[in-house]
Amino acid sequence: MGPFMSPFNNLLCMLLGISFTVWFTLLLVFIIVPAIFGLSFGIRNLYMKTLLKVFEWATVRMERGAKEKNHLLYKPYSLNGIIAKEPTSLEEELKGIRRNGSSRDLNGSASTTTGPSPSSSEFEMSDTFYFCRRGIESIVDDEVTKCFSAEELESWNLLTRSNYNFHHISTRLTVLWGLGVVIRYGFLLPLRLTLAITGVSLLVVFTTMIGFLPNGSMKNFLSEKVHLMCYRICVRALTAIITYHHSENKPKNGGICVANHTSPIDVIILASDGCYAMVGQIHGGLMGLIQKSMVKACPHIWFERSEVKDRHLVAKRLSDHVKDKSKLPILIFPEGTCINNTSVMMFKKGSFEIGSTVYPVAIKYDPRFGEAFWNSSKFGMVNYLLRMMSSWAIVCSVWYLPPMSRQEGEDAVQFANRVKAAIARQGGLVDLLWDGGLKRGKVKETFKEEQQKLYSKILVGTQEDRSRS
Amino acid sequence: MGSTNSTLLKIPNVEVLMRETGFSPAHIIRLHDRFKALDKEGRGYLCPQDFGAIKELAMNPIGDRIIGAFFSPRETVDFHTFVKILAHFRPVDKDRPKEPNSPEPINSRSNKLKFAFQLYDQDKDGKISRDELLKVLRAMLGMQVTEEQLESIADRTIQEADLDRDDAISFEEFRKSLEKVNIDHKMSIRFLR
Repeated sequence: MGPFMSPFNNLLCMLLGISFTVWFTLLLVFIIVPAIFGLSFGIRNLYMKTLLKVFEWATVRMERGAKEKNHLLYKPYSLNGIIAKEPTSLEEELKGIRRNGSSRDLNGSASTTTGPSPSSSEFEMSDTFYFCRRGIESIVDDEVTKCFSAEELESWNLLTRSNYNFHHISTRLTVLWGLGVVIRYGFLLPLRLTLAITGVSLLVVFTTMIGFLPNGSMKNFLSEKVHLMCYRICVRALTAIITYHHSENKPKNGGICVANHTSPIDVIILASDGCYAMVGQIHGGLMGLIQKSMVKACPHIWFERSEVKDRHLVAKRLSDHVKDKSKLPILIFPEGTCINNTSVMMFKKGSFEIGSTVYPVAIKYDPRFGEAFWNSSKFGMVNYLLRMMSSWAIVCSVWYLPPMSRQEGEDAVQFANRVKAAIARQGGLVDLLWDGGLKRGKVKETFKEEQQKLYSKILVGTQEDRSRS
Repeated sequence: MGSTNSTLLKIPNVEVLMRETGFSPAHIIRLHDRFKALDKEGRGYLCPQDFGAIKELAMNPIGDRIIGAFFSPRETVDFHTFVKILAHFRPVDKDRPKEPNSPEPINSRSNKLKFAFQLYDQDKDGKISRDELLKVLRAMLGMQVTEEQLESIADRTIQEADLDRDDAISFEEFRKSLEKVNIDHKMSIRFLR
């Protein structure tokens, strides 16, 4: 028994050893070394083009199969929604009702002017129709609920999670899908996990080491290099294919970088192309460890949970940071929560009150390769990361927009809206006024009051005129 | 017959529903998707909290009355009820022949008015009392006007609409006061194809 086993054992060990060595060498040469130097072999772009061709083929097959079986394949959703919403405001609507015939006679004395003056704007029972119709419209289709669920695709990318009408269309397609599952979970996922672990460990180790150096230009230089290197490894860990536009507008020291928020990956995407000071709450566990070691190498702004509520403290720390020109630009996501990358929601004004130059950045993901939106009510963080790492790729475009500053006579809210509009325009996203906090919180009473104020102005404003005359 | 869609087949009695409400298959599918999106826990029916979660509705001054219109004789809303109530807001079918024996369509002018009437008449006694009118006015105007202003508006409205002088507005008086208003335009929403 003995002599028979040992040559096999040896052979087995040798084979395992060789394959591991080959594996790690390939990893090192093709992925890690380029990451360190910021180079690229173009493998990912080739991969992306191949995938697109495969998806096209798959979609054509599905359409053909659906036609044969006479199924309705895609949901008949147009991007505009279920109903055509009238773009009229409350005022226009009420004027319309009045003009169409009111049950009142117009007194000769009241109407001194000809034309649509609202001198006869008094309460009519049909006024409720406007609010009723708007209410029913919002039941059928509202803007906010749509923002917090993943975008629907028009073609299929061989991931069951993004296909809502998956039937068995043809054997060839199912085989292809099965092959896709094997590749993604058997090959890509372990590869990516290895890279992710490597990237994170290197970050923690190197930043801790750099923390021992005295403050100075050497420390900053090394810290920059280390941060970039580790983020680039993480980018490859997600197979993220990023296109940066207008790099001449990249944020500079003493400024604030604002971007729209779709997922926690946004941070990795931006930080692999430039160095930023991050802002956030200190977490426990692994995240906390990473945060603590990062701050040893260069000053990031981490808050204790209790400090987050204190707006003045937050504002003070941020403005102290930007005043120091040797410190890196701050990275902030003013929406406050993850939105599904079809629209941009209200920007919180805190970061726009500080008074430094704002560098807007628009990030748009291509959903064909994997849905990057983190629906935190549906998936936890770990689940989300696993889904990311088992998608085909994350493809996105980043646009650096020209810097903006607050103008004379503009308050923080108007400035925030201006920046938001610029980001929405560049990224091809819908610009919404709604607050991202609506994802979790209740609607503030102030919104209802706005509508009540508007309506009362139309009614009561004219009553005052009448009592005066 | 049209294409058989698996979603349509999953809805029970969908042919009856389409005939009664006048919605096309495409509309039914979209409303079904919306119903499922609102029914976050997947129970197959909706409760008032599911409607309350719609932010735009929560901001509407008469939002809770609209929710009440869905729930008043019942505690949960299933898909059929959901569609039937929304059918009130389909635009009037102009070229529908008037058959004497068929029941009035849900989206007729009269039924639209009845829907609006119940937003006012919360105790369902068939009349809008002065008190009920005051409540609606308070909902729509909030704290922006004084009690006296509200009362004068209510008084004037009742004076003009109340023809039989019983200090309340019946459905017939309501209908008469709105006879010149284009109900079809104001109480319809346009469903896209």
